[in-house]
Amino acid sequence: MTCLSDLPVGARARVVEIGGERNFRRRLMELGLLPGTPVRLVRKADIGGILEVEVRGCHLSLRQAEARHLVLQPS
Amino acid sequence: MTPAAATAPALVAIAGNPNVGKTSVFNRLTGLDLKVTNYPGVTVERQEGRLDLGPHLQARILDVPGTYSLSSRSAEEQIAISAITGIPPYERPDLVIMVIDATQLSRNLYLLLQVLETKVPTVVALNMMDVVQRRRQRIDVRRLEAEIGVPVVEVSGNRGTGIDTLRATVVEVLSHPDRGIPGWRWRPEHPALLEDIDRVGRAFPESWSGGDPERAWAWGMWALLSVDESDELEGIPETVRREVLDRIRRAEAEGRQIETEVIQGRYEWIDEHITGLLSGDLESKTRTEHFDSVLLHPAWGFALFLLVMAIVFQSLFSWANPLIDGIDGAFSWLGTGIEGHLGPSLFRDFLVNGVIAGVGSVVVFLPQILLLFFLIGMMEDSGYMARVAFLMDRIMKRLGLHGRAFVPMLSGYACAVPAIMATRTMERRRDRMVTMMVIPLMTCSARLPVYTLLIAALFPPRRIAGIFGVQSGLMVAMYLFSTVVALIAAGVLGRFVFKGQNVPLLMELPPYRVPHWGSVVRMMWQRASLFLNEAGRVILLCTIGLWILLSFPRHPVLDVDYDALRTEVGANPDSNARTLALGELDARESSDRFLRSYGARLGHFIEPVIEPLGFDWKVGIGLIGAFAAREVFISTLGVVYGIESGVDEHSSTLREKIRAEVRADGSPLYTPLMGLSLMIFFALSCQCMSTLAAVYRETKTIRWPLFLFAYMTTLAWTVSFAVYQGGLLLGLR
Repeated sequence: MTCLSDLPVGARARVVEIGGERNFRRRLMELGLLPGTPVRLVRKADIGGILEVEVRGCHLSLRQAEARHLVLQPS
Repeated sequence: MTPAAATAPALVAIAGNPNVGKTSVFNRLTGLDLKVTNYPGVTVERQEGRLDLGPHLQARILDVPGTYSLSSRSAEEQIAISAITGIPPYERPDLVIMVIDATQLSRNLYLLLQVLETKVPTVVALNMMDVVQRRRQRIDVRRLEAEIGVPVVEVSGNRGTGIDTLRATVVEVLSHPDRGIPGWRWRPEHPALLEDIDRVGRAFPESWSGGDPERAWAWGMWALLSVDESDELEGIPETVRREVLDRIRRAEAEGRQIETEVIQGRYEWIDEHITGLLSGDLESKTRTEHFDSVLLHPAWGFALFLLVMAIVFQSLFSWANPLIDGIDGAFSWLGTGIEGHLGPSLFRDFLVNGVIAGVGSVVVFLPQILLLFFLIGMMEDSGYMARVAFLMDRIMKRLGLHGRAFVPMLSGYACAVPAIMATRTMERRRDRMVTMMVIPLMTCSARLPVYTLLIAALFPPRRIAGIFGVQSGLMVAMYLFSTVVALIAAGVLGRFVFKGQNVPLLMELPPYRVPHWGSVVRMMWQRASLFLNEAGRVILLCTIGLWILLSFPRHPVLDVDYDALRTEVGANPDSNARTLALGELDARESSDRFLRSYGARLGHFIEPVIEPLGFDWKVGIGLIGAFAAREVFISTLGVVYGIESGVDEHSSTLREKIRAEVRADGSPLYTPLMGLSLMIFFALSCQCMSTLAAVYRETKTIRWPLFLFAYMTTLAWTVSFAVYQGGLLLGLR
């Protein structure tokens, strides 16, 4: 188990759990990030910056601080 | 069909996720006659066009703002659900066209499921199939249609293919609405959740559900995902609010998460029925990813962004100028023409110096505004704007804002009025307020002529080290200065005035696409017409007001009897000397009259306040004039210094007059230091009625425009004061 912000760039994983504030969680899920969904970390901007993740063929960006709420199982 | 429905044109709504090409499909379906208004109660643009469905059928087509979901947090996001379900005062559409991006089926279908839940007849327009084919993937469209149970039409908004089939399908479903309503409906299985939805659904009044239990059910699900303690929704019945909060508390006590159950349920249905319909090479890296490895690179990406901005500004200065000169020329030609035709009268004066000058000062902004909005539109349509937000997030985060807040600020380089309206897309009211309050600090196109005049008149056209021109360097410095001040102001306002937690950023990076000309031009035109309608009217009124200030009282008591002097001069037998002397008398008289006008009195009145900044009362009149639109400063100075007509920032007479102006002690008034102080004052003060009017319209209270004016004026005065007095202390001039 790891979290999205600790995943190496290019690695694939499956979502296990989504934490964080209710509204943020809801938005993530509505964009298709749900427990069991495969994701791939596309890029990390720099330390403490922003990262890009591929979910269901679309690319989302979120901040590393919030990416910590995404618990993943690397595959 | 009821007889009423047969006569009234049907209403078709077009909905979809952001970045799916909804606008290009909308543009293909409508003609050029768009009605752009606001949705009732909120300031979200409502675009309605005419949908031509053949000789016998006319319909209206409504553009619903792009959204990933119908569940909502703010009054602005609420528009999508209200427009689709038609709760009063919204009109319920007879049909919804759902534009779906074929490359992102499952996420797009999530919204489709929500739309279908509301039981509105729906037709799916499957866009971007060409991209699917290019990626060597396939979608089984007929099976997709069978699974979702409503007609699916393949279209290409950019190329215009499939639009006729879409029209025909819309006609068919309008006459047989049941064909657009699927027989199935996704239903959650969990009994506790069913109970939650049912209870909340029943708390909705009949005006929302139209008495249909299934629509009430859809509202129940919507409310469970939307309402909470801190939402900014409007008009939610108190009974619903109580019921939802109660249900959420109960569920949490049982260790359940309602929103997870609903969202996961919908996606499980999609995964089970749809995901298998896409086949082919699903793993290959897209073009977009290759581009992004450069454009989002921590160092290269930022450098390229600065280069893009440099190109944008360079083109603004070099391409727009001939057009601006042309417009200036046309209006002064018109003014002179009218002056030649009509005899001297108050009416002629009003027409030429009030109305024509006023209209001219509005229209003269258009070239730069159109060009900048065209370039911004290209950046948006190509997908680059999301990358700008990505890159700027590093800075904006420190100010408590999203990277996305930088996008409306960019529009502020053209004109604050459309930029303030562009903040409507922001999620949170707090972020929106902060952004709105700092946009007027960005160097808009109206400040440009003022800088041009002052820099050209007061600073040497020298180059430092043979490369950097002092003049162009100063211009760039003014842009950088305004941007940095705007960012700092956002940080300060966000910290002390509009407090609030940092909201998480979640933003899509859409694939790069070749911009679609039609959409870009349309976007450009819409924003420019916002400027013409909103700012134009205010500028025109202010210019007329200014004319009144400067030309009344009409018959002031003058110390010198000019008529007597004229008679005296008229006796001179030398006709050349006579004409010369008469002309001089005219100029002296008008300057004398002007010195007694209300405007001049106002200039004297404010002189003590602006004197510590290095300005005199004549500059004060210019500052008052600039309140209509900043560039009116120049024509006002033209009047003040008694230059006949056709004054612009390139006028050498005006430059010479400025250089020749002296204070009472004989020292020059306009020194480089005073020029800098004046430019800083222009950069920071809110001398723009239209901006204040736009902020009033958006916030619906007088409080925020007043706050904006007060803080910017204080800031401008303080910084100009510090620069001028500090410079004097350092022995600068």
